[in-house]
Amino acid sequence: MSSPRKLKLNVLRYDPRKEGDEPRMVTYELDEAPSMTIFIALNEIRRKQDSSLKFDFVCRAGICGSCGMVINGRPDLACRTLTSQFEDGEITLLPLPAFELIGDLSVDTGKFMRAMSERVESWIHDEEAERRELTVLEEPMDPDTADRIYELDRCIECGCCISACGTARMRPAFLGAAGFMRVARFEADPRDKRTAEGWYDLLGDDDGIFGCMSLMGCEDHCPKDLPHQNRIAYMRRKLVQSR
Amino acid sequence: MLRVPRGCCLQQEHIMSKVVDGEMPRLLRDEVKKSRWPARLDLAQSFSGLALGLFMWTHLILVSSILISKDAMMKLTYFMEASFLKPEEPGGYPLLVSATAIAVFLLFIAHAGLAMRKFPATWKQHRVFRAQMAMMKHSDTNQWYTQVVTGFIMFFLGSVHLYIMASQPDNIGPYASADRMWSGHMWPLYLVLLFAVELHGAIGMYRLAIKWGVFDGDDPRRTRRRLKTVKTLITVFFLALGLASFAAYVKIGIEHAPHAGERYQLGSEP
Ligand code: HEM
Ligand code: SF4
Ligand code: SF4
Ligand code: FES
Repeated sequence: MSSPRKLKLNVLRYDPRKEGDEPRMVTYELDEAPSMTIFIALNEIRRKQDSSLKFDFVCRAGICGSCGMVINGRPDLACRTLTSQFEDGEITLLPLPAFELIGDLSVDTGKFMRAMSERVESWIHDEEAERRELTVLEEPMDPDTADRIYELDRCIECGCCISACGTARMRPAFLGAAGFMRVARFEADPRDKRTAEGWYDLLGDDDGIFGCMSLMGCEDHCPKDLPHQNRIAYMRRKLVQSR
Repeated sequence: MLRVPRGCCLQQEHIMSKVVDGEMPRLLRDEVKKSRWPARLDLAQSFSGLALGLFMWTHLILVSSILISKDAMMKLTYFMEASFLKPEEPGGYPLLVSATAIAVFLLFIAHAGLAMRKFPATWKQHRVFRAQMAMMKHSDTNQWYTQVVTGFIMFFLGSVHLYIMASQPDNIGPYASADRMWSGHMWPLYLVLLFAVELHGAIGMYRLAIKWGVFDGDDPRRTRRRLKTVKTLITVFFLALGLASFAAYVKIGIEHAPHAGERYQLGSEP
């Protein structure tokens, strides 16, 4: 067996809460292991080299959305990115821009996503619901509809689409692609009774759907491959037709 | 006079119901009910861009008639002036050219005004966008910036060209146009304008298709890949056609410089 490859990880270190701390790049070297992900590499560094390194993870399987970071220029999930894909073994890691920095590679996507959820009123709207007879079985849903909702419900709120969006970065009030996906998810749900006009009131302006400049950063960087381009275009068509 | 601080009524349902029922002044109502204007402006931006894009492609194809022959270009010019309504003499109604130029100018101004809303508005926004480009190296993001830069260039150069066409509509023809290019020193402007228009137009048309999902079909991702290829091919085709036509006019302009100002006579080509 040949000896393992050396990896070089350049990591942005900065703790905004620490008095006098300055953003700086720190390089860590380590041996690559088979099927190593960035997440494993970072843990290795934290365990053996620098216990103060901050980064987030929970599920390690691309499900929780906590480990989003900028990997060689691309917003992506650290737990799903293999180190072997980088030919020269040099990997630069930055925290996701557009979110509040907690420290090093850890950002607060939660606050953003919470505000997004509230802004698009991310729940089923149905005035009848209050009067519904709870002992009666719900109407079965057409499987294709259920699939469509599920497809859009796969968003893990990792924030990659927001960091990859030039519009969101230039204009912090912009709802962003995760918000559009959330809207698309409820719009596809026949239990949600909101009309085109209702949606227009929520996102019919330049901070909403008409602010999107079709840069496709979201479409090209969503780790869950949500249908951004197609659904944003759909909402745009729907909203220009509403009155 | 009723005074309510801006925005305060948004959370107050009882005020809102009154507003919607029309008891409140207009100012307040506008604040509560979402305006239809962002939708209209977005549509108008797209339609103006589409119309300009189609016009520019047609325009370049007409201009490139010089590659066939001087006669071909002259005949086409007369045809565009509706010479068929005036069979007894060469030429038609240059006023038609003026009218077209003015119409395109108005469209151009409308489009520039609408699209300008998307320009980075502050140095900070501009810097953030540049940083984003440097970080991501993502082609659609970079191309948007190309559109902003070429659009900005066209503000000035496009206006000059359109004004000349509107004010001197009878000054078009194999010699007249070539003299303007060479003896009139307009060639640098046309060269830059050619690149600006072709890059901006092709990117814009691609973006329109993406933005409204026009050709999405059942595989939007495949469609987008194809559209990108088509966009590149179109850009290359029109740049090549434009450069060839440009070279043809400059060549004629140089040869004709001693007689600059003289008009071309149909059939005088050897
Ligand atoms: C002063 C002249 C012009 C300026 C300042 C300008 C500026 C812009 C900008 C900044 C955009 C991007 C808008 C966005 O991302 O939402 C844009 C889009 C576009 N432009 Fe222009 N432009 C000009 C002239 C033209 C011309 C001459 C053409 C035709 C070749 C054209 C065709 C388009 C098209 C098709 C789009 C896409 C429209 C859309 O996204 O809704 N533009 N323009
Ligand atoms: S849409 Fe995709 S990129 Fe955006 S937050 Fe959801 S999973 Fe992440
Ligand atoms: S298409 Fe572009 S501008 Fe629109 S949300 Fe996605 S990345 Fe942002
Ligand atoms: S750790 Fe959960 S998505 Fe990466």
